Amino acid sequence: MSDPMRIRAQAQGDKTTVRVLVSHEMESGQRRDAAGKTVPAWFIQNIVATHNGKTVMSAQWGPAVSKNPYMQFSFKGAKAGDKVAVSWTDSKGEKRTDEAVVS
Amino acid sequence: MERRHFLATSSGATALALVASAGFSPAHAQATAAWNKLAFESKTLAEAAKALGASGAPVESKELILQAPEIAENGSVVRVGAQSNIAGTTQIALVVEKNPNALAALFDIPAGTDANVATNVKMGQSSNVYALAKVGDKFFYAVKEVKVTLGGCGG
Repeated sequence: MSDPMRIRAQAQGDKTTVRVLVSHEMESGQRRDAAGKTVPAWFIQNIVATHNGKTVMSAQWGPAVSKNPYMQFSFKGAKAGDKVAVSWTDSKGEKRTDEAVVS
Repeated sequence: MERRHFLATSSGATALALVASAGFSPAHAQATAAWNKLAFESKTLAEAAKALGASGAPVESKELILQAPEIAENGSVVRVGAQSNIAGTTQIALVVEKNPNALAALFDIPAGTDANVATNVKMGQSSNVYALAKVGDKFFYAVKEVKVTLGGCGG
């Protein structure tokens, strides 16, 4: 089971900036292990952020997104105290959802 | 219960893959766009743009601002940001030309969200990095050369 995502959502006026740090290996499938075997690709393919049930960001990632990936975006219409949820699905079908409160 | 859920979504994901490019997604709890396999296997900017729906070559735009370092010490973690000041931007893609697969990430921008995203990407070697912005059915790009001291694709 993966570690929780670190999500920071800060409202400044009508704009809320969200920074997410996800815990994930994001194996590109290019790397070889100590024995020389190629480590199979394993990476987040979809990541979605919602606010009050509405999608505010939807991204597709490939194996070139870094390990423990970072994402930043901003959207309108949230205020302090609202919840933002971030969900991801990876190439093995694993999923995770975490929430944060807008500050 | 978890396995049943996994099997259900994995067969759903297979059906999506067969339908190919983005657009159709099942209405389950995490409504995600299909993963654009064709786009993520493209080897050049032109192929990536085409896989994302471009009908011609993308046009360079000064309204699309790409933030990337001149020199990246560590190719495993290169912060890249793109801000599109072009009204009606619905998608931003980040492309690393010399990576084994050129398309690194794709962001869909819903109404109410700024066309301004940032993430960390791996770069195998010094390369041009492109931001592609989709506006209606037109594609625009901005490019920056990023030199990499220590390549980040592994091996």
